[in-house]
Amino acid sequence: MIVELTAGLILLMIAGALVAIETRNLLSAVVSVGAVGYLLSVAFLFLGAPDIAITQIVVEILCLVILIRATISRDLTSISGDRELIGLLASLALLLVVTVVVILTAAYFPEFGAAVMDRVAGAPSRTYLLDGLEKTGAANSVTAVLLDFRAYDTLGEATVLFCSILGALTVLRRRARKKPEEDA
Amino acid sequence: MIYALCLVLVGIGLYGVLAKKNVVKIVIGLMIMEYGIHLLLILIGYRRNGAFPIMQPGQDPGAYASVAVDPLPQALVLTSIVISLGVLALLVALCLRLYEKYGTFDISEMRRLRG
Repeated sequence: MIVELTAGLILLMIAGALVAIETRNLLSAVVSVGAVGYLLSVAFLFLGAPDIAITQIVVEILCLVILIRATISRDLTSISGDRELIGLLASLALLLVVTVVVILTAAYFPEFGAAVMDRVAGAPSRTYLLDGLEKTGAANSVTAVLLDFRAYDTLGEATVLFCSILGALTVLRRRARKKPEEDA
Repeated sequence: MIYALCLVLVGIGLYGVLAKKNVVKIVIGLMIMEYGIHLLLILIGYRRNGAFPIMQPGQDPGAYASVAVDPLPQALVLTSIVISLGVLALLVALCLRLYEKYGTFDISEMRRLRG
């Protein structure tokens, strides 16, 4: 049941992604990628991940705002055609390599629905589920992992976010700082 | 089987990154790749007929641990989603700067203007 539902959602996402990649109008491409993101959040809901679904919706809204800010009232006329032949051949070769690697690694994926923590003895997820409430006081295991067991990861995430926003502000700054000799 | 569909999504994104000339299309391809990877990780952590990993009041931890889905991939995907937002902001800022400098989003034009 859940497999068919998720598969249907992924098929819809693939359709949206194809439209987003192939359409000529940039604004419709941005709207299509937004549709893919919202379908993804619905899929997360069905897969037992409500926290991720909520975050995905919020992030999707921000992504759409940023992307529409970038594309609206700019070059909406289509840039047609693909890259030059050599570049296209190189990219097709890379796609082929990636496909081969994926096919080779496909045998190592676990069967769908069989959680990794059920098969591996001493998996950390089992500890998080069993002792999470007692050790951290959080009933939600995801926030227990995020803010207690792996808080350094979250600190790193905040650092990366801060750095990228700083970089974006620096890149978008209107005027370069004056050089010392120009002040005189 | 369902993993293959996810990987198709990643492949579409990769195609967009590699074969498109428009900078914004390349950014969109990156976003689609991220979506595919996030969904793949959540699917790997899924357990058949699993419940969401929030403990109900009065629930026995042992019983809870035998029904809840894996919380670890969910926490890491949460981190990854937020980071992808930061990366997107940086990429779009670079795109806007390129547009200011060259007046177009076409990467082949950019190559021709500056050797």
